[in-house]
Formats: sequence, C-alpha cells, structure tokens
Amino acid sequence: MMPDLLDTLGTATFWVAVLRIATPLILGTMGVLLCERAGVLNLGIEGIMVAGAFSGWFVVFVGNDLWVGVAAAALVGAAFGLLHGWLTVTLALSQHVSGLGITLFATSLSYYSYRVLFPKVSSPPTITPFGEMHGWLDSVPVVGPVLAALTPLTLLALAVAPVLAWLLNRTPAGLALRAVGENPAAAESAGISVGAVRIAAIAAGSALMGVAGAFLTTAAFNAFFFNMVNGRGWVCVALVVFGSWRPGKALLGALLFGFFDALQLRLAQSAGDVLPYQFWLMLPFVLSILALIAVSRKAAYPQALMKPWRKGER
Amino acid sequence: MRLERRETASRTALVLAPLAAIGVTLLVCALLVAWAGAPVGRTYLLLLEGGFGSRFALTETLTRATPLILTGLAVAVAFRARLFNIGAEGQFYAGALAAVAVGGLHQGTGFGLPDSLLYGLMVLAAMGAGALLLIVPAWLKTRLAVDEVVTTLLLNFVALLFVSAMLDGPMKDPTALGWPQSVAIKPELEFGRLLERSRLHSGFLWAIGAALVLQWINRATALGFEMSAVGSNPRAASFLGMRVSAVMLKTAVISGALAGLAGAAEVAGRTGYVTLDMSPGYGYTGIVIAMLAGLSPLRVVVAAIFVAGILVGADSMSRVVGVPNYIADVIVAVSLLTMLVASLLVQYRLRPSRPTGT
Repeated sequence: MMPDLLDTLGTATFWVAVLRIATPLILGTMGVLLCERAGVLNLGIEGIMVAGAFSGWFVVFVGNDLWVGVAAAALVGAAFGLLHGWLTVTLALSQHVSGLGITLFATSLSYYSYRVLFPKVSSPPTITPFGEMHGWLDSVPVVGPVLAALTPLTLLALAVAPVLAWLLNRTPAGLALRAVGENPAAAESAGISVGAVRIAAIAAGSALMGVAGAFLTTAAFNAFFFNMVNGRGWVCVALVVFGSWRPGKALLGALLFGFFDALQLRLAQSAGDVLPYQFWLMLPFVLSILALIAVSRKAAYPQALMKPWRKGER
Repeated sequence: MRLERRETASRTALVLAPLAAIGVTLLVCALLVAWAGAPVGRTYLLLLEGGFGSRFALTETLTRATPLILTGLAVAVAFRARLFNIGAEGQFYAGALAAVAVGGLHQGTGFGLPDSLLYGLMVLAAMGAGALLLIVPAWLKTRLAVDEVVTTLLLNFVALLFVSAMLDGPMKDPTALGWPQSVAIKPELEFGRLLERSRLHSGFLWAIGAALVLQWINRATALGFEMSAVGSNPRAASFLGMRVSAVMLKTAVISGALAGLAGAAEVAGRTGYVTLDMSPGYGYTGIVIAMLAGLSPLRVVVAAIFVAGILVGADSMSRVVGVPNYIADVIVAVSLLTMLVASLLVQYRLRPSRPTGT
C-alpha cells in the first residue's frame, strides 16, 4: 500500500483534489476569522453557505454570468451578516443563539425558495459551472499543471488569505478591526465606532461565507442539492481556532484539511475493505476535533470575543 | 442606535412582547406564502387545523412533540449552566442506536433476561450513550478549555456516520431489502399506546416526567442551584466553593441522557428500529425550543408542542395548497429570532444614538 500512496502524492490530480476540497474551507475560514477578530462569533456560517450556494447557482441558472452569481452569493451572505450584526452588536444578543438562528433561518429559507421555484423537479437542474483555467498557466513549471486544472474561484480563495493578512496587520482599517476585537473600550476612546466596525466586519466575513457556498454550486458541482454544505461551515469555525486567528496559519490549516480529506478519499478507494467507508468520511470531523485539542493550551482568543459591547456599561 | 436599560419592565410589555414576536413571524412568513402563490389566510388556517384541529392532529402533534420535549430539555439544562450543547442531534442517534443494541441485537433471545429488566436496560443504555457522547466534549471544555460548541457540532456528524456504518454492518436488518435500517427491537419492549387509534405512546409520559423532574432539580436541589450559579458566574461559583468542572460534568450527564432518551423514545415508541432519517433535526430544533422557553423546563413542554404543531400542520397544509412544508422550518427559525429580540426589548429600549462628544 505504501508505494501506491507515494504514487498518489506525486500526481497532479491528487493536489488538484486537495485544493478543490480546501477552496470553500479557505473562503469560509477567512470569513469566520474576520468576524471573530472583530470580537463576534458567527455560527451563521453553515446556513449562510447554504444560502450562498443556492443564490449563486440560481442567479446563474436564470441566465447571468458565473461571476454575477458569485457576486449575488456575496451580497446574500452580507445581508445575513448585517442581520447577525444587528442582533449581536446593536442589540447585544447571545452570539451563539443568534448565529444558530441565522443558520436555521438561512437554510430553511433557501430550501423553501428552491421548492417554490422548482416544485416538481426530480433531478436537480444544472448550469455550466466554472471551467478549468489552463491557457498560459500550463506552462508555469511545477505548480502550473495543478493550478491550470483548477477554477478561478480557487485562485481567488488562495489570494484572499494574504490580502486579509495585509488588511488586518498593515492598514488603519485592520488596526481598528483588531482594536474592537481586543479592547473595545480603548477603541471607543480612540474615536473608533465599535458597533460600526464590528457590523462591517461581520458583513464582509459573511460575504466570504456566501462565496464559499457558491463555490460548491458553481465550480465544484453544477447544481444545488439539499444538505450539500454538510458541516463544512462548522469545520471552518474549528479551523479558525486551529489557525490561532491568523490568516496565514488558518490557510495552512484549511490546506492541511484538504490534504487529509483527499488522502482519505484515495485510501477509501484503495483500502475500502479494511474499514467501512463511513469511518473514512468521519476522519475530517475527527481531525478537526483533534486539531482543536492540539492547540487548546495555547489558544489566543481575541480578548473581546463573544463579549457584547454596550457603550458606557461595565 | 443604542440600548438603554428600562428602569422597570412593564407588565404589559412582558405580555405583549411574545405576541408581537409571533405577529412579526406570521407577517414575514405570509410574504413567503404569498410568493408561493397560495392564499395566506387559508394556508395559516390549514396549518393550524393540521396541527391542532382534530383528535388525529392533536395526537400526531403530541407524538411529534415527544422527542422535541426531551431534546429541548437537554439543551435547556445545559445552556442554563452555560454548557453550550449543540450536539443533541448526535446524542439522539447515540441513544437510538444503544436502544436497538440492547433491545434488538439478541436474535430474539432477549439475552435470556425478563422483558421488564431488558426494558429498563434499554432505556438506561440509551441515556448512557447520549451522556457519554456529551461527557467527552464537556471534559475537554473543563480540562483543556476546548470550545464545546464546535466539538459537539462536529460530533453530530461523527455520530451520524457511525450510525450509518452500523446500519450497513453489524446492526443491519437483513430483511430490509437494501434500505439502511437496523434490526427491530423485541416487540415486547415497545412503548405502549396511550390512546386507541393513535400513535401517541408512553414516551410522551417519559418526556413530561423528565420536565417535572428537571423543574424539581432546578427549584429544590443543591445541584439545580449549582448549575444556575455556574451558568451565571463561574468565578463567583468557584469562590463559593463549588467545583465548577464537576457541576459541568454532572450537567453534561443529565443533558446527554435526556437527548439519548429522546432517541430511545422514537425507537421504542414509533419506529421500532433505527434509520438514518429518523430525526428531521430534532437536536437542532431542541435548541430553538429551549430558547423559546427561556430555558424553563415546564415552558419547554409548551414550546415543543407549539413547534410540533407547526411541523405536523405544515405537512398536511402542504398536501392541500402546495406550499412547501419547509415553511415550518422558516416559521420556527424566524420565531426564534423575533422572540430573542422581543425578550430584549422588554428590558431595554432602543434610542437613536447621539453624536459622540455630547
């Protein structure tokens, strides 16, 4: 089995699979990270991904460009983000409960809309999804064949992490965002509007979650299925902790996760009779839990995470 | 906008707030019903009738409420101690699987035990399995400060995949013609019917009993006081000499056991065996129910019956006017959000924010 495994790791198709699996996780993880660095947990991600997957696909289905679909998914994500922001920042409600409420709301609304728009379809209607990029990318040495076989959304995801790191660490907006997530009282006295910065961060993060969902329906598959997000959102929440709230480490975590998931698929194919396939499918979730345990001792939570900020109230 | 604490919460506001929340929910969902091209008034009437309007509707609603009361209680008891158990769904399946393991995996021999003993063992095993699945994340929380929200969420998927593996393997029903379905429990172990010509079973009494016991624990025992103290201020609780981790673990046992019992009640009261779709999200709906009930055990019963009525009513309404039954999930989700806002506005008022520096 070992030589087989080494062969697998040497092929471009394996690494294409790694990046394809990692793409929605990277986008979702960056979304969660943005919200949490501003001090707000966003458990709406699972539902926002469903809504992004549905709206992105639907906008393309009715005849728009694929990128219009992606933009629509981002807008829908941002809209749910604003709702979460209003509930958790303006009204200072429990971030856990509001987030779960958003997940239930966004999921049920997407399923309901799908059933209203397509009452009697037996097989899900399809679109032409993002194609592989190829072109000049093929001629790039080493990584070329891998990148060329991916969709532009994966490149976008890979670019989001360094851009986010730069925004957070090198710009005044990023400083303001970190300030409201670490010490809102100090931020307020420095003239930063804690509420506005937090709500903006949640909306932007949720837009990324929407795009993460849209990747599933406009690039990974070509149709919308019920249960297609299937826990990916929760995995993203775990990956942010694993990545100690840093974009670079979180990106690495998402890629590592994609690596193990792709490996798991190959192993299930070649060694499926050793263990029932369900145990291979469990691996990503078990790995996420183990990752959380591994970093638990040095988890550096943003200091004001999950602490609502009420001006003038101690 | 900013929040300003009200000096006194007025009695009228306390009564009006939930009504306003329900009103807003119905209004939002009316738009969705109209979008589906159905008459709004008739749809709501059919939904209400389908959930509460006849003997059949009522018994179906109470049958559906049974697992919801138990998962609602599981979440309520955990949240009260600030143990955010989002894993009732997985614990439900763990309980259902354990019930079949004890009640059905003996080729009809009953392990040579009398039925009454086996019945007790079946229920205990289900509660134990549910508790076990929550003890792990609770222990990780108290010991290593691993966030239990994420671990319990992830364990739901692990549990469901484990059930799937069992239904393909050692617990598979060989006569089920390829459907992923477990062997059935011994017929003698099934919960008795409470009423003729209905599916309502004695699991409903277990659920009501659990609510009463939990109410008693909360009101009259040291543990109840400890759980609420740990929930409202763990530091103060530990200064008072309470062992916060121990309280947390006890809470986890109670909470997981309740969700496991829900699984056993569905197996022994309704299906007789385990399938992969036996819970349409009872664990997650339990969270909504616990929140709607303000974490009070007795109000969990009321909230669960309300939610069950909507779910049952939506199914029958959907068959008549063709509005997708997912509307029930939308109603439940929106009512959670509006109820949250309403309960806040009883204590606070929203004021337009003044420009800073005044």
